[in-house]
Amino acid sequence: MANLKWREIAVGAVVPVLVIALWQACAMLGWINPQVLPSPLAVLLKWVEYALPLQAYDPATQSWLGWALSGELWMDTLGSMYRVLVGFAVGAGLALPIGLAMGASQRMYAWLNPLMQVLRPIPPIAYIPLSILWFGLGNAPAVFLIALGAFFPVLMNTIAGVRQVDGIYIRAARNLGVSQRAMFVRVMLPAAVPYILSGVRIGIGTAFIVVIVSEMIAVNNGLGFRILEAREYFWSDKIVAGMISIGILGLIIDIGMNKLNNHLLRWHRGLEN
Amino acid sequence: MSATHIDVKGVNKVFKTDSREVIALKDINLEIPQGQFVCLLGPSGCGKSTLLNAIAGFALPSSGEIIADGKLITGPGPERGMVFQEYALFPWMTVEKNVAFGLEIKGLPKAQIDSTVEQLLKMLSLSDFRNRFPKDLSGGMRQRVAIARVLALDSPIMLMDEPFGALDALTRRNLQDELLRIWSELKKTIIFVTHSIEEAIYLADRIVVMTYRPGTVKRDMLVDIPRLRDPSSAEFNALKRELGMLVMEEQQRHHNDEMRLAAVD
Repeated sequence: MANLKWREIAVGAVVPVLVIALWQACAMLGWINPQVLPSPLAVLLKWVEYALPLQAYDPATQSWLGWALSGELWMDTLGSMYRVLVGFAVGAGLALPIGLAMGASQRMYAWLNPLMQVLRPIPPIAYIPLSILWFGLGNAPAVFLIALGAFFPVLMNTIAGVRQVDGIYIRAARNLGVSQRAMFVRVMLPAAVPYILSGVRIGIGTAFIVVIVSEMIAVNNGLGFRILEAREYFWSDKIVAGMISIGILGLIIDIGMNKLNNHLLRWHRGLEN
Repeated sequence: MSATHIDVKGVNKVFKTDSREVIALKDINLEIPQGQFVCLLGPSGCGKSTLLNAIAGFALPSSGEIIADGKLITGPGPERGMVFQEYALFPWMTVEKNVAFGLEIKGLPKAQIDSTVEQLLKMLSLSDFRNRFPKDLSGGMRQRVAIARVLALDSPIMLMDEPFGALDALTRRNLQDELLRIWSELKKTIIFVTHSIEEAIYLADRIVVMTYRPGTVKRDMLVDIPRLRDPSSAEFNALKRELGMLVMEEQQRHHNDEMRLAAVD
């Protein structure tokens, strides 16, 4: 089994390695202007520089770990992650109860759905001007935009999740003497979890897109800010290094979500039923 | 036999759709004594499941009343545990949690829940499967869990809606025997819906044959063949022939009705 896994990784690496080799060759032959597209080696060197601490280690003022992570890259990653997590928590934290209420109650649905349907197609990016008017600069407008981006996917999937709960579970639960409240918490909610989680996954993805954009307008750290800053100085190697960092962070978040999904849905038989 | 446990009195049930009215149950009267194993037998559309749902309290009669344990039935409740054909286990709970669920809802102390669950898992040979999820169990195993879940409620009445209908013949016989063993041990009143004549004869103290639309009682008979009954015995087969004719008459009416409706559409 372990063998197979390594083989899979090796097979998966073939195309990226070829692409990078080709790219490097083009750069070394001088076919492309390094201002427009720097060589992979230059990007790698820049990335290392980006990750390394700016100051020399001083045991008097900081811990070793704090120093090791004091490079721009880690600070930017931390800043972006912080905004994603807070924004997502706010957006999903609002979407979940509202979605449960709208899914379970016809009346709530009738009251809220028209408003939601009008607001939903407005991309979070379109709120940028308003968010700056309302919240000024800094983390607040970014968190607001990310929360917006996460809100609707989680909301829509939660509504759908509650609505598709199979009537047989409700009947069985009523037969077992379940009260209205317990029905909600112990039957409807867990039955809706597969839908809610796919909403969460889409919501995290949206949050991640929005964080990069919002950092380009309102804050002065974060991965999105960094690549915009690099553009202003024509540091194209740093732009690419920043982009790759964004890619890796996105991948890590997605792997984490996948793990969480698999754990929470270990009871679920998947799509075939 | 002891006192009346379930009393179905003058029950009618009408389903209305836009274009027509279906009389599902018409003037049903049944007195079921404590501890009796009753099979409701008939073809699809004869109202046997409708009657069971009325007794369960899921869909109350249009007129007439049903009294269980001296109380008028107004809704579903744990004193009338139901086993569904589709198992209806909660897929997000393990076997153990499914069995414990009704007890947790009752708010019993944990120690008591644990010991009851333990006992039931053992009784239904589920101990080795306690941490599995329903998706990892065969149909027969799932139905054992559903039975354990209802037994956990310790309800005096057990309602079973074609519980073994989706199982293969061998698993089915296996579970029938198990059910008879549990029934003779726990002395529950069981109402069991089936369209299998053989299953009804194998299990029941009493068989109620129902007519196809409107659902009425066509024949109400006691089965006095000693258990365990041998399906190849002469008396078993004599009864099977007799019931077969009754049920097939209704099946024919059901068939004719379907053909007629198809012609109208």
